Amino acid sequence: MEQTTAGTVAAGSDRSYDMDIVKMFFTATVIWAIVGMLVGVIIALQLAWWPANMGLPWTTFGRLRPLHTNAVIFAFGGNVVFTGMYHSMQRLLKTRMFSDTLSRIHFWGWQLIIVAAAITLPLGLTQSKEYAELIWPIDVAITLVWVVFAINFFGTLAQRKVKHLYVAIWFYMSFVLTIAVLHIVNSLVIPATFLRSYPIYAGLTDALVQWWYGHNAVGFFLTTPFLGLMYYYLPKAADRPIYSYRLSIIHFWALVFLYIWAGPHHLLYSAVPDWAQTLGMVFSIVLLAPSWGGMLNGLLTLRGAWDRVRTDPILKFMVVAVSFYGMSTFEGPMMSIRAVNGLAHYTNWVIGHVHSGALGWVGMISFGMMYWMIQNIWNRPLRHPEWASHHFWLATIGIVIYTVALWAAGLMEGLQWRALNDAGQLANPIFVDITARLQPFMWLRLIGGTMYLVGAVMMAINFWQTIRGPGTPQGEPAAVAAD
Amino acid sequence: MSNKENSFHRRVFEGKAATFAIVTTVAISIGGLVELTPMFMASSSLSWERSDWITPYTPLEVAGRDIYIREGCYLCHSQMIRPMRAEILRYGEWTRAAEYQYDRPFLLGSRRLGPDLQRVGGKYPDAWHYEHMRDPRATSPGSIMPTYAWLIDDKFDPADIAKSVQALAKVGTPYDATDEASVAALLQSQGGQIVTNLSSAGITAEWDDEIVAMIAYLQRMGVEGRAHLDEGGGR
Repeated sequence: MEQTTAGTVAAGSDRSYDMDIVKMFFTATVIWAIVGMLVGVIIALQLAWWPANMGLPWTTFGRLRPLHTNAVIFAFGGNVVFTGMYHSMQRLLKTRMFSDTLSRIHFWGWQLIIVAAAITLPLGLTQSKEYAELIWPIDVAITLVWVVFAINFFGTLAQRKVKHLYVAIWFYMSFVLTIAVLHIVNSLVIPATFLRSYPIYAGLTDALVQWWYGHNAVGFFLTTPFLGLMYYYLPKAADRPIYSYRLSIIHFWALVFLYIWAGPHHLLYSAVPDWAQTLGMVFSIVLLAPSWGGMLNGLLTLRGAWDRVRTDPILKFMVVAVSFYGMSTFEGPMMSIRAVNGLAHYTNWVIGHVHSGALGWVGMISFGMMYWMIQNIWNRPLRHPEWASHHFWLATIGIVIYTVALWAAGLMEGLQWRALNDAGQLANPIFVDITARLQPFMWLRLIGGTMYLVGAVMMAINFWQTIRGPGTPQGEPAAVAAD
Repeated sequence: MSNKENSFHRRVFEGKAATFAIVTTVAISIGGLVELTPMFMASSSLSWERSDWITPYTPLEVAGRDIYIREGCYLCHSQMIRPMRAEILRYGEWTRAAEYQYDRPFLLGSRRLGPDLQRVGGKYPDAWHYEHMRDPRATSPGSIMPTYAWLIDDKFDPADIAKSVQALAKVGTPYDATDEASVAALLQSQGGQIVTNLSSAGITAEWDDEIVAMIAYLQRMGVEGRAHLDEGGGR
């Protein structure tokens, strides 16, 4: 894997690549990260202190929560993946992107979709399916932009100057293909008006299709493309080749095959047929093996470089990211066990689990990649190198506070909902009595989330001042397109 | 790793992007096909999730359900009672598949920031729901639910509801009449009943107020299922 070792790609070759598109996606990533996390902090405040709903239709929790999830998954997560893909693909395949025009249609199309989401969701225009809330005209736009992206992706593969595809490209490919399949199948609706539609599936069939989509949106939007980023940027940052080529083959194929089956674990104890629930549970547990294979492949890549983890913030972000990937891919299978799910389902525990994956894995690997990129693409040293370290600690401690608070809250409400007294009757018959006991944890989670946001704002300011600041003597080679 | 350069994977997949893409698509399709195909077949043969003890949502209930979706109620309230003792004690009989047969989209929910609503229908009078939407703490002290006072001021458009009913009919919901006049008549008669109920509690409302549609939807939740199960059905 000659192309995996840092330094074998001559820095000057970036000249013939399209680095402007990388910078565009990079900038969008930083902006949407702040927006998405800020909305998250606002709705966290609403759960701790209900008057923060502000008495307006557009600002209630029910309308802002989809805005938060869509902003962090598709605006922040999407843009950061596109940033890394457009950058690493050109280097791994030793070619410029297939079409600069398609790249720009992809960029502006995606940003317009996000703006449309940010307008429609607070207005209450929604299809109600989690992470697939956007109304049908936006769904059509997503499909068109995705086709543009796919043509650009496969066109670039077709004109590559390197024969063999590196493992990062495999993961990117699974992302491009699977998201297309999931989005189209889950979005099939009959429009009633331009703004409203009804799905072609009904009842539990609709539920099963949605959670096949919903779980694999986590799998193929928030996991496989980010694993692609890990396989490229972790070896780059550590200056070491990936630990095991064979393990990466097993990791890839086992993960993409097994992940798809796990959706029904979102419907345990529902009236969905038992065989489907059991399949979902069993495959979720098996999924632990490839997930940990990937985690080990990432961590062991650092063998011989552990001393640098102590001092290099980029490696710190990446090591914590891969560790959280391992932790949440252990927690997920455990929560898929029917009996555990009986306690965890419907509680804060699920929200804590999601955020250990989203803040811990997706967020931290993204920050690591971005701190590496700002110095390598803009060719400037960080304006405030010590802020990167502060960001790392704010984010890490913030996640710990957040998840521990929600573990405690989730266990507490799960146990109190089900508690029976000696007479066999509910020990806590009044629902809001339990809600009131959760409030301290809601404030703790707000503190953890705010710390994470403050870290991201520090990163944004740092990046802004770095780009505006004086460059290195070589100037800005990457911005100049040679062809 | 000495044979890495000649490994099977390298020869067959890594050098051939099209082959890689096709095999990846096959790999990610199998699980979904195995789990979803039986559902589609069962739904189309009307066997596993269709029963005549559940009737389609009336136009007013459709209007209420659209508001329920617009406000994101499902993000804090589930509609799925699990077959566990504590759940049945708190919320009533666990939910059967057939009870969802006309649910487009499904609204099972994934989080209980508030209680499950699967069988909330008939649990409280219409006036309770009116007060609860106006100020949740008036009926449930300590609630963290936002206020929904605009449902009292805002009105729905009967012509718009007719379009929803027509779209639902198009995907297979059995409605007798879906023209605008018939839908408006149904909206007015069911809404008028709720207005009468509210006025007996001293509340003034009109049949096309959003709150009236919301109450119609909430009051129907789980009622048919409960009646059927109380008679010994589904066992």
